[in-house]
Amino acid sequence: MDGTQNQADDTWTVAGRTFTSRLIIGTGKYKDYALNAAAAEAAGAEMVTVALRRVNLSDPSQPMLADYVKPERFTYLPNTAGCFTGEEAVRTLRLAREAGGWDLVKLEVLSDPRTLYPDMEETLRALKLLVAEGFQVMVYCTDDIVFARKLADAGAAAVMPLAAPIGSGLGILNPVNIRLIVEEAKVPVVVDAGLGTASDAVIAMELGCDAVLMNTAIALARDPVRMARAMKHAVLAGRDAYLAGRMPKKPMGDPSSPTSGLI
Amino acid sequence: MNLTINGETRAVDDLPDLAALVASLGLDARKVAVERNLEIVPRSAYSATPIADGDRIEIVHFIGGG
Repeated sequence: MDGTQNQADDTWTVAGRTFTSRLIIGTGKYKDYALNAAAAEAAGAEMVTVALRRVNLSDPSQPMLADYVKPERFTYLPNTAGCFTGEEAVRTLRLAREAGGWDLVKLEVLSDPRTLYPDMEETLRALKLLVAEGFQVMVYCTDDIVFARKLADAGAAAVMPLAAPIGSGLGILNPVNIRLIVEEAKVPVVVDAGLGTASDAVIAMELGCDAVLMNTAIALARDPVRMARAMKHAVLAGRDAYLAGRMPKKPMGDPSSPTSGLI
Repeated sequence: MNLTINGETRAVDDLPDLAALVASLGLDARKVAVERNLEIVPRSAYSATPIADGDRIEIVHFIGGG
């Protein structure tokens, strides 16, 4: 695209749905849902992840996410957080589909409660179960290039490699792998988990990712709404830099002012 | 009758159907999903779904998550 084109024309599409915002945000860990909603607006997000849990029967009047982060305004992406097997994930997402009426979902099957690393063997098995039931599945995964390909081949709507462990804020630990996944991908690539600050989001987008997904980096910032805005700008900057094509790196200095005509 | 709702055993008055149960719990049927004995009940079928002593009911909704 050339620089005169409006940024709003630079869209991306997952499972047949087209989005302008390349920043997906989580809805966990916020002080309250009102702050969460303000951050989602400041981020310019069009999609938010949500979790499915038992209702609190002892206090049915407690605040509900949908009253603040409204599903008419944001595409809900129900997740399978807390599921450790394919069957648990399928059960959760069947309920999510009934609760929300969507078939676009985020699959995450974790293995180790300490590192929160995904169990990729079980994730791939769960993906196949979900695809067979007609779900459109965005898949949280390790930054393993081969597994990313297997997920796409099995019908993933998007692959979402981690930058670093969930909630760690360490940034992109293996940019080489993320770039290789992007280069090979036949489906959108979304960096999910581990981003800590705006520069991390810029790097993800400069690597050519279609979008980024983050929760803790915004929710646990001192000022979540301001950080959400920073992330919006970071994603736009990184995307533009990727499209603009960076200058080659050089080992020496190269003067910017002409060396001829000196007095 | 006794029902197990979200893992807790509760004694409830006799209710004609699932729609009545959801209403009696003070919940907005548009914002929840319900499983009865491990089978999802579509929202449109709540009033046509009887409940019986010993049923295991799960009632879930969306909350914040990453």
